[in-house]
Amino acid sequence: MVTAAFYLAAVVGLASAVVAVSHRNPVINVLSLVVTLFCVAVNYALLGAEFLAAAQILVYAGAILVLFLFVVMLLNAPEEQPAAEPRPFQRAAGLALVTVAALGGIVLITGLRGSLPAEGPQGTAQAIGRLLAGPYLFAFEFISLLLLTAMVGALMLVKRKH
Amino acid sequence: MWASLAVTASKLVVVAGSVLTSVAVMEWVERRGAAFIQDRLGPNRVGPLGLFQPIVDAVKLLFKEDITPSSVNKGLYYLAPAISVFVALVTFIVIPFGAGKDVQVFGVPLGGLIVAPDLGVGILYLLALSSLGVYGIVIAGWSSNNKYSLLGGLRSSAQLISYELSMTLAVLGVLLATGSLRLDDVVAYQATHLWNVIPQFIGFVVFTTAVFAETNRLPFDLAEAETELVAGYHVEYSSMKFAAFLMSEYINMTTASALIVTLFFGGWTFPGMQHFSGWWLLIASVGAFLVKLAFFLWLFVWVRWSLPRFRYDQLMRLGWKGLLPLATLNLVWVGAAMAMRWI
Amino acid sequence: MTVPTGHFVILAALLFAVGAAGVLLRRSGISILLGIELMLNAANLALVAFGRQHGQLDAQVFVFFVMAVAASEVAVGLALLVAIFRKNQSIDVDRLNVLRW
Repeated sequence: MVTAAFYLAAVVGLASAVVAVSHRNPVINVLSLVVTLFCVAVNYALLGAEFLAAAQILVYAGAILVLFLFVVMLLNAPEEQPAAEPRPFQRAAGLALVTVAALGGIVLITGLRGSLPAEGPQGTAQAIGRLLAGPYLFAFEFISLLLLTAMVGALMLVKRKH
Repeated sequence: MWASLAVTASKLVVVAGSVLTSVAVMEWVERRGAAFIQDRLGPNRVGPLGLFQPIVDAVKLLFKEDITPSSVNKGLYYLAPAISVFVALVTFIVIPFGAGKDVQVFGVPLGGLIVAPDLGVGILYLLALSSLGVYGIVIAGWSSNNKYSLLGGLRSSAQLISYELSMTLAVLGVLLATGSLRLDDVVAYQATHLWNVIPQFIGFVVFTTAVFAETNRLPFDLAEAETELVAGYHVEYSSMKFAAFLMSEYINMTTASALIVTLFFGGWTFPGMQHFSGWWLLIASVGAFLVKLAFFLWLFVWVRWSLPRFRYDQLMRLGWKGLLPLATLNLVWVGAAMAMRWI
Repeated sequence: MTVPTGHFVILAALLFAVGAAGVLLRRSGISILLGIELMLNAANLALVAFGRQHGQLDAQVFVFFVMAVAASEVAVGLALLVAIFRKNQSIDVDRLNVLRW
């Protein structure tokens, strides 16, 4: 059951990730990334991180990608045209990176053959909350500062000068 | 294993069935209620008091010609109504709609009238999935390839993001008082304390206003705004696909009302509850829940036919400069009151 | 749980590679940001898997922080894109050449 869920989520997530970065239509890009993020959320749930799974959908799918979609529609961005000049460097670098990552994955799997422990600490909201308000309190407060800074920065960037 | 699975499945069927029935009932209530408020008769030809009108409407919508405009993005155009209905339907499973902890069916404990009692993230699940509802509207607006649809979709995405913040902050006040994300615990807390609406009245006002915006109902139906955008995001939809959007709006209304009842009005609890037990408690609690639910559903209809629509900048100003500070104030108040042990 | 840790890690590596390829190969600013999001998610998935392996919750707290950072990154990134679009009428990053001479 868990195994089937994992492989289903993995295959669907990877396929839609490929669509998300390769399709020419920006709206399709964003929507397939939603599917990928949903599959990642399923994986979190399988790993016992139920709070993260909910937060992933709430933050990523519910807020961040809606913002993306909003900007795509606001700019009414046209479909990407083929490059005017060929760019062999980027293409080579991209393919090399994919290969390296795939090879790295294979190396890792040979090193990490053990199964995950069936019982682990459950990432419930209480457990995460205790960590956030305890040992990670400073980082937690700092993140709110970061968000505030980002908000002010974004406002300044898009503000029209009169 | 199989017995508990069967219990969960039957709870699911009951919930889905009642929620879908509420669509038909609410359609009748809305049309008769509008007529009552506007001093007209309303639909009164089909059945007693026009009660069978929803059936007739459904048949009409089913048999209407299903037009797909040639310029739409086909896949997404078909996907959008499906997303809307799906998201509306799956959110109800974390809402407890009756007592029943001590009731057994054929020896299997019922575990309370809630489809997913073991979901620890409870309300977070509901918020997460309902935040996906915006995709149905945005995709419909974009894939229709129509400027009115696109404007409706854009407006609604901005509106939903803005009001989701205040809504979540208002919910946070309740969660702070309860100390749990499960709606079961929220109800249990209110059974022994005051209903949350009294200590957290600001939170209740903010939450109710925000869910009106979240369900795209008047006075916040800027996404549809039939007088300026024709019909907003669903201009190009006809027949059953149009009906799907209508259904999701009414299902969302039911979920929103159930959420208001659960968070602020004690859920299925009622005064004098301790005199009941077993099946009687179950029946009485479901009845209490339905009465409260009906009141808030009527409130939705009442407001819709009483208030004019906001202008777009007024809507944004209300959301960001009115509700958000109020919701924060409520959160500070709840925190302070808890620290002083007042609630 | 019968899924080996390695399979989660492989999935994360592949997602990361796809995201990185998107960042390198695409020229639309939106797609580049999407690729970055994908890479962040891949890293998050690996973190949670390793955290499970070692029976610790700290990894999940880190993922939570990464989400917050990703949210602010997207807010600023999209604001930049809107500003660029206003100036250039395009979000093609190849056409961002005003500082080249």
